[in-house]
Amino acid sequence: QHGRVKIKSTAQQEEEKRKEREKKLKIYVAARDACFSKRREGVWDDEALQLTQQLLSSNPDFATLWNYRREILLHLETVREEDELQKIYEAELSFLESCLKMNPKSYGSWHHRGWVSARLPRPDWARELSLCDRCLSLDDRNFHCWDYRRMVVKMSGVPVDQELQFTDRLIGSNFSNYSSWHYRSTLLPLLHPESPEPPSPCQQLLKEYELVQNAFFTDPNDQSAWFYYRWLLGRGVYVCVSLMVLHVREEERVVVAFSRPVNVSHFSWRNNYIISKNASVVIHIWNFVHFLTWTQICDLPPGTISDITNEHNLTVHWTEKHTHRDCALYTGRNESWCRDSATDQELFRSELSVEKTSVLQSELQSCNQLQELEPLNKWCLLTIILLMRALDPLGYEKETLAHFQTLKEVDSMRSAYYSDLCSKFMIENTILKMEYAEVRVFSISDKKLTTLCHLDQLLLVTHINLSSNLLQRLPPQFAMLQCLEVLEADNNCIENLEGLYHLPKLEEVYLKNNKISKLADLQPLVSCPKLKHLDLRGNPITETTNIQSELAELLPSVTDLLL
Amino acid sequence: GYTTLPANRRRQELIIKSDGLAESVVAAACARVGQRVLHLDRKSYYAGSWASFTFNGLLSWIQEHTLHDWSNLLEDGEEMICLSNTNSAPFKTDKQTEEEQVEAFPSRPQVSWGDRGPHQLQKTCGLNILHCPITQAIQTEGEGPEPESGQPRPSAAPSQSEPVKKKISYAQLLKEGRRFNIDLVSKLMYSRGSLVDLLIKSNVSRYAEFKNVTRILTYRHGNVEQVPCSRADVFASRQLSVVEKRKLMRFLTSCLEETQEEQAFAGRPYLEFLRDQQLGDNLQHFLLHSIAMATEDTPTEEGLASTRHFLRCLGRYGNTPFLFPLYGLGEIPQCFCRMCAVFGGIYCLRHSVHSLLVHKDTNRCKAVIDSRGQRISCSHVVVEDGYVEAARKPTATPTRFLSRAVLITDGSVLSSESDQQVSLVTVPPSEAGGPSVRLVELCPSTMTCMPGTYLVHLTCQSVSSAYQDLSPVVTRMFRTPESHDQEGRPSVLWCLYFNMADGSAVEVEGHDLPSNVYVCSGPDGGLGHQHAIGQAEAIFHKILPEDEFCPPAPNPEDIIYDGETCTSPLGEEGEERGEEEGEGEGEGAGEEEGEGEGGEKEEKEQEEEEEEEEERDGEVQEKQSLKSEE
Repeated sequence: QHGRVKIKSTAQQEEEKRKEREKKLKIYVAARDACFSKRREGVWDDEALQLTQQLLSSNPDFATLWNYRREILLHLETVREEDELQKIYEAELSFLESCLKMNPKSYGSWHHRGWVSARLPRPDWARELSLCDRCLSLDDRNFHCWDYRRMVVKMSGVPVDQELQFTDRLIGSNFSNYSSWHYRSTLLPLLHPESPEPPSPCQQLLKEYELVQNAFFTDPNDQSAWFYYRWLLGRGVYVCVSLMVLHVREEERVVVAFSRPVNVSHFSWRNNYIISKNASVVIHIWNFVHFLTWTQICDLPPGTISDITNEHNLTVHWTEKHTHRDCALYTGRNESWCRDSATDQELFRSELSVEKTSVLQSELQSCNQLQELEPLNKWCLLTIILLMRALDPLGYEKETLAHFQTLKEVDSMRSAYYSDLCSKFMIENTILKMEYAEVRVFSISDKKLTTLCHLDQLLLVTHINLSSNLLQRLPPQFAMLQCLEVLEADNNCIENLEGLYHLPKLEEVYLKNNKISKLADLQPLVSCPKLKHLDLRGNPITETTNIQSELAELLPSVTDLLL
Repeated sequence: GYTTLPANRRRQELIIKSDGLAESVVAAACARVGQRVLHLDRKSYYAGSWASFTFNGLLSWIQEHTLHDWSNLLEDGEEMICLSNTNSAPFKTDKQTEEEQVEAFPSRPQVSWGDRGPHQLQKTCGLNILHCPITQAIQTEGEGPEPESGQPRPSAAPSQSEPVKKKISYAQLLKEGRRFNIDLVSKLMYSRGSLVDLLIKSNVSRYAEFKNVTRILTYRHGNVEQVPCSRADVFASRQLSVVEKRKLMRFLTSCLEETQEEQAFAGRPYLEFLRDQQLGDNLQHFLLHSIAMATEDTPTEEGLASTRHFLRCLGRYGNTPFLFPLYGLGEIPQCFCRMCAVFGGIYCLRHSVHSLLVHKDTNRCKAVIDSRGQRISCSHVVVEDGYVEAARKPTATPTRFLSRAVLITDGSVLSSESDQQVSLVTVPPSEAGGPSVRLVELCPSTMTCMPGTYLVHLTCQSVSSAYQDLSPVVTRMFRTPESHDQEGRPSVLWCLYFNMADGSAVEVEGHDLPSNVYVCSGPDGGLGHQHAIGQAEAIFHKILPEDEFCPPAPNPEDIIYDGETCTSPLGEEGEERGEEEGEGEGEGAGEEEGEGEGGEKEEKEQEEEEEEEEERDGEVQEKQSLKSEE
């Protein structure tokens, strides 16, 4: 049309761009080849610096060239004066800045910057800090910059409280930032080391609670604040590995169970066995129950403790924690045991001071407030459950169960995780309700359990009832139950009996309506010498032909077999 | 501009008179698709009622528009008979040919203004000026004797309690006058509004630079409070309880989707809807006045629509939904003018149209006669409403007015860590039925005022005169001679009150005018630019129904300058263009270099980068945070 401005066609533009690119490539390749040949010849001159600079400013991720550049700089260090070097390195820093503008996440540039900063005769750390600030304000998750910044902070000795203010600022501008919250969590313990005698909750802690509450009330779906909150709440709670020793005269064996797996190869054991008042035997032979590290079983040399008229003292030394346990087997007694934790209250949580309790109580209140507004928020629900556990596990049992139910509905992707967590809490509650010394029966039926845990606490149990749950297997650590005589596990979904292994006293096993399908699944039972009664009704295995005879062959000790 | 139009340019396709925003956009859009555009303005500056002035420029503008009351010159027993100003009298020309009739146009636009208020108001351009006495007070102070001399001081004098802070004198304002860019219209750009979309789409954005509005404030219970509107604001807010934070965030996220509930509130006030949402007083205030910018009886659907618009604009370029152009709003029409000039448009300032020549049979305007007696033929004419004789306007459209005030102050209404904040303050009506006032406070880095000062624009729908409408707000929020006990409030160094016609009340259809003459309404009172841009697009589609409105302009390097386009008519245009751009630079970069402040210059460059990347949202945000570090 008349009068319109003529514009180059797309093809024309493309053509021009293509030519431009070709020209650039030619220059680039020539410069690169020149660099390589110079390096081969061991030339470390200013021209080489120039060339590499030219290349790196267009492609800052060329690691070889950075290496070459460092070689040149190292060489210059040997021939130049300090003042001159300072200038060279300062020029290097400003060149690096331009590279970082090209690619703020270039590994090569950041690494080189760290290298240069460390070698600079008179470093200007303030400048480096402000560079980091600028970079982080562009992208607050640039981990290269975070790394470099940590180095700068370390080298220049920035005070911790100043760094805390720095995280304040970053969190203020965007609180969905793990890096800032995490950095905060590393700074706070430095500023406020937790003393062994916890003083009243300090102002700082209350301020932290306020900060993080602002974050999760503003956006309850943002996980970074919740994680930080969990860390805050859990601060100062020290969960130690507890251990339990059982001492049985009849079998002449000692069993040590742990609340979590222990890597045996890293620890040495010394067992001081006092047989009579004056004689002692040091036992080194421990039978590790196959790969298990939850339990240690030691068969004593025959005759060591068989004399019922003697009193025996056992001391187990655990070198990892520099602790030891004494366990006395008195005259006339057949067995004895000792355990770690003093009271039931402390079994699954740390003792709370009055102040801490009141803080947690008020945190629970805020969370409940949020939950009223956001009844379906999973982070809130989970935090409430954990707070309730910390405060009063038995008292809040009903609420906890209800919250778990909601959680499984709103976050169905993780329902198995919630089921396992709920099972754990139910088992803990059941254990808390046991009067330990007397009770040898543990019953937890119809609780929708999906997993078993805290079995170390059940070392003395002789009769366990796990009926009508959702268990799929009896895990290896089930073999800890060295006193177990009767196992009731009807109406579950068990298909794996891995844990029914080397249980010396096991006599009766009830597995009605489970999912045992193969003869091989029953293989572990072979190692239980006293097994007499086995109920397998309602399992797929009963459909197999000749099952009766094959079972009789596999488990000759079983006299009552129900199929 | 030209004094006499060259003979070969006396045939135009489109003539645009006055260059407000809508007119400039029409001009750019038409030139862009190849129309020959002639842009005439009677005034000596660009942008008409949308103009920005330096301080000194504004003073002459005031001079020009102030009605002189010479009644004090009367002696006893005398009476004054006013003679009509020949200039402003609509006049007719004798040159009438048989088929053409001349339409009379007043060379000075007139707007009728009822007998309102006790103040004598000038009836020109729809702008009514009222000078505040503070100007004089400070003027005396600047030149006055030492404070010790015991002379009675004007009440605007610095208080004794803060002797450190040196007050900026009127003489200094005059001296630094060209650092000011004072807009007649006070608006902001919604970051997803029609203006920003158009700037991006048409590539006109390359001619301007922008700054984020950094805070939304509100005046409540006698205090200025920050309105938390973005996620980061809500998180950082100290006024809100955590529960309020949650409720606010939930409302803000949920209201983006339409719900059943709001149907039930259709036609009922938005305030009732907010109450029903169980938001407390705090939140209701923020949502109603600052976010929806509504009044107590705004209907729910309207309130929700503006709330949604606000929210959609959040986070595109920063923590508030608004942008402000560096060097003032007057830049925007100029940008479009520049685009128009690049595509061959011609500009003539101080050049008005004397009359339209209309073909009687077709009722179409065939040509115009300019103030120098040249006949310029044309196919279309765009004029601002102010140029149209009252008799030709559709009847029964009562003129509405806006009350405006411009203040130069020495501090921000809400001081914070950074002194470079750009704030929008919503001031709800102090009594029922009163106007709600919108206050925009600009800091020196917006290039609209000198360092150490803030430029404050107040706008509301006129209930009475600007002074009556706005001075109570000014007195409450600032330290003025009338205010008492305002310790800690910023002082007003200079102020101006005026009224202007509200373009949104102007009917642009139904004029008794030829069918190819189109009317623009002039600036409206709204915060955004929807009104003007909508009008421009509508006019463009009437002129050129087949063409695209402001398609992206090609990059300068992709334009082919060869053959005929480069020689004859465009040769002259080229020259003209050069002049135009030169003028533009004079107000922008040139001045910058003159001042020679490296920091400012750098910032300007960054802003430029920012604008280029406007389309890439994420990166722009980065740039802007970069800027805030400076």
